[in-house]
Amino acid sequence: MDESSRNDDMKLELRLAPPGAEQQQQHWGLINGIRTTTKRDESSVLSLGYFPHATITTKGSPSSTTTSSSQAAALPLHNNADKKVFSPSSANTAVPNTSQKRTAPGPVVGWPPIRSFRKNLANSSSSSKPPPPPPEHHNKDYGGGGGKGMFVKINMDGVPIGRKVDLNAYDSYENLSNAVDQLFRGLLAAQRDSSGGGVNKLQEEEKVITGLLDGSGEYTLVYEDNEGDRMLVGDVPWHMFVSTVKRLRVLKSSELSAFTQLLVLFSVGGKQEKDAT
Amino acid sequence: MNYFPDEVIEHIFEYVGSHRDRNALSLVCRSWYRIERCTREKVFIGNCYSITPERLIQRFPSLKSLTLKGKPHFADFSLVPHGWGGFVYPWIEALAKGKVGLEELRLKRMVVSDESLELLSRAFPNFKSLVLVSCEEFTTDGLAAIAANCKRLRELDLQENEVDDHKGQWLSCFPDSCTSLVSLNFACLKGEINTGVLERLVARSPNLKSLRLNRSVPLDALQRIVARAPQLVDLGVGSLVHDPAMETFAKLMTTMNKCKSITSLSGFLEVTPRCLTAMYPILPKLTSLNLSYAAGIPGSDLIKLIRHCKKLQRLWIMDSIGDKGLGVVANTCKELQELRVFPSDNIGQHAAVTEKGLVAISMGCPKLHSLLYFCHQMTNAALITVAKNCPNFIRFRLAILDATKPDPDTNQPLDEGFGAIVQSCRRLRRLSLSGQLTDKVFLYIGMYAEQLEMLSIAFAGESDKGMLYVLNGCKKLRKLEIRDCPFGNTALLTDVGKYETMRSLWMSSCEVTVGACKVLAMKMPRLNVEIFNENEPADCEPDDVQKVEKMYLYRTLAGKRKDAPEYVWTL
Repeated sequence: MDESSRNDDMKLELRLAPPGAEQQQQHWGLINGIRTTTKRDESSVLSLGYFPHATITTKGSPSSTTTSSSQAAALPLHNNADKKVFSPSSANTAVPNTSQKRTAPGPVVGWPPIRSFRKNLANSSSSSKPPPPPPEHHNKDYGGGGGKGMFVKINMDGVPIGRKVDLNAYDSYENLSNAVDQLFRGLLAAQRDSSGGGVNKLQEEEKVITGLLDGSGEYTLVYEDNEGDRMLVGDVPWHMFVSTVKRLRVLKSSELSAFTQLLVLFSVGGKQEKDAT
Repeated sequence: MNYFPDEVIEHIFEYVGSHRDRNALSLVCRSWYRIERCTREKVFIGNCYSITPERLIQRFPSLKSLTLKGKPHFADFSLVPHGWGGFVYPWIEALAKGKVGLEELRLKRMVVSDESLELLSRAFPNFKSLVLVSCEEFTTDGLAAIAANCKRLRELDLQENEVDDHKGQWLSCFPDSCTSLVSLNFACLKGEINTGVLERLVARSPNLKSLRLNRSVPLDALQRIVARAPQLVDLGVGSLVHDPAMETFAKLMTTMNKCKSITSLSGFLEVTPRCLTAMYPILPKLTSLNLSYAAGIPGSDLIKLIRHCKKLQRLWIMDSIGDKGLGVVANTCKELQELRVFPSDNIGQHAAVTEKGLVAISMGCPKLHSLLYFCHQMTNAALITVAKNCPNFIRFRLAILDATKPDPDTNQPLDEGFGAIVQSCRRLRRLSLSGQLTDKVFLYIGMYAEQLEMLSIAFAGESDKGMLYVLNGCKKLRKLEIRDCPFGNTALLTDVGKYETMRSLWMSSCEVTVGACKVLAMKMPRLNVEIFNENEPADCEPDDVQKVEKMYLYRTLAGKRKDAPEYVWTL
């Protein structure tokens, strides 16, 4: 007990200048020994790829290291005893530099601690090359584990409340388009009936929403993919669509930019050609 | 004080603004409690689940301004699964029912539906100010409701929210009669807006002091807008991309020259470095500069810019500025108080900032008190030097990109460096650690960090002792968040009473078991102990000996919450 309280006193002597301290070198073995005998689940830690030096040892480390946790460090304050703090260590740790070679760190969730907003900015900015999104990219539409349903949000122009559709329930763009029609037909009519709030609405009966995929209808179905790009639904093969879609939107066709409208026309034309061959 | 009539005491209390002081007043005696509660207009709730809205309204009938925070801080880093909670709707509903004269609502990390925004816009005729930070779920439709219905709106401030964008019609929803805007920030919106509508809105808002645009506003529109608002104090540029029509660019520069009041500049979500020169006229007066969204600006351009910013007090920047650039900052920005250096995505380039940059800053900027520093490496020597040069740190957050990297010069943990920081900075309130760290650093923290209120720990420590040093030593600790550390049941259960003195504790990927959490929950009925059970089916009770992947506990007077998703077990 006395020994440790004396050690505590030594610990208290934090100095802000290069030390003339006289601590022993073997304590470094203690630290590294602690590292290797810690209770942690080493395998899970190592698999993260972020603990590359977990097995560093020093020459001449005392074998008492395994008593580790209870000792928690009679650690010296400035154990770079006989050398300046600023110069690279040679005397103390006796760790050859080669042991510092680390395995390439794998991606760890949440490190570095940057808000997803910031990360997404980097991905969608055009002034820097966006790196491909890592597989564990946070996708809030999919919730915390399920895999049973694949729900994505869908919003429609002129309808304030969005819905969700389960993409697993459909196997083709036609089915999806029909589902969207069913989903919003009634809502749209309701919006149109209740005029108010300075938004232009036509007075119309409940009518079928058609032409979502080929630009021929009043509305067009688009989506946002996992790289933040806006795409026309139908552009890519169905399975690719399902694996990259983040959210859906039903836009007024007239609101599509001229470029997008052209895209739609071209893709329709392309499909027709394919059918012909 | 018993001799004074209530009106006098009320009048005196008017001068007491801060939440802490107000809280202190209310504890003095019954009559002060009564007077204080009747006169309190601003309330801050750090955890929306710590109390029910009804109870709040009952206690503070004069409530005008409410600040609410929802999800735990680590939600920012994708550690909290979707659907955890933090819904604002019940609060707005309760405030509406209670006929509260709400004027200001500030939310952070909450789930804000369009419905809530619509209700908010209709239920409070005096509503003036809405600030949403890191919130989600709402769309521009909700914003449209706010614009259309809040006749007295002064402030609409959206910071880093996830917003579904249904395009720019929401701006058109500000009626022509709306001329009261003082602050408008929609930088985080991803979609297009109608720049003509925006221009007219700015033109009829003579009190507009703060305007932050999103990336869809191009250079020519920017010029026209700023020309209509020479009284601006805070500008957020959306896009500053090279315009082939050079005269537009020259026009912008002339316009900027006329802005004598701008002291805060931000944005640059898309920027061509050359175009930054348009900003040069206002640089000498800037006190706040945020270039941290501007990826792709070379360090050399940043340096050229910084040389003109002699009055800077707050700087947020990307690490592409480099150690050398931080040296220029140190030489130029003598008034600097807050610095944040964010990592750019350019992995593979030479290490952008290291301990050298930080040391340079500490030498040149003695007023520095807030730091967030992402870097590739740090040394004990550097931290010791920084501690000596800057004893005034209030916030010190260091994030080494390789989370467990030791001091590269000595191969030692960074215990000594952080120890020096806590010993020297007696006013330190917030600390985030990284790098290789043993239990020693926690011993230092427990011993010296007397004012510490928030501590963030990742991949550090060796045993329960580490966590115990902190819990025992830091008397003012309010928030403790820990991930991937070897702290277990002993640490968790040794001093259960401590948690009622704190707002919350987060532990993920540690050594704590379900059984221990159950014990804790049983002993402390006024804590909600939540365990996140993401991988098991919801009806499967985990074993007591099973390790807990994520635990979040917080003190509460509201009891177990009813809106928790399936994967959350409140014990």
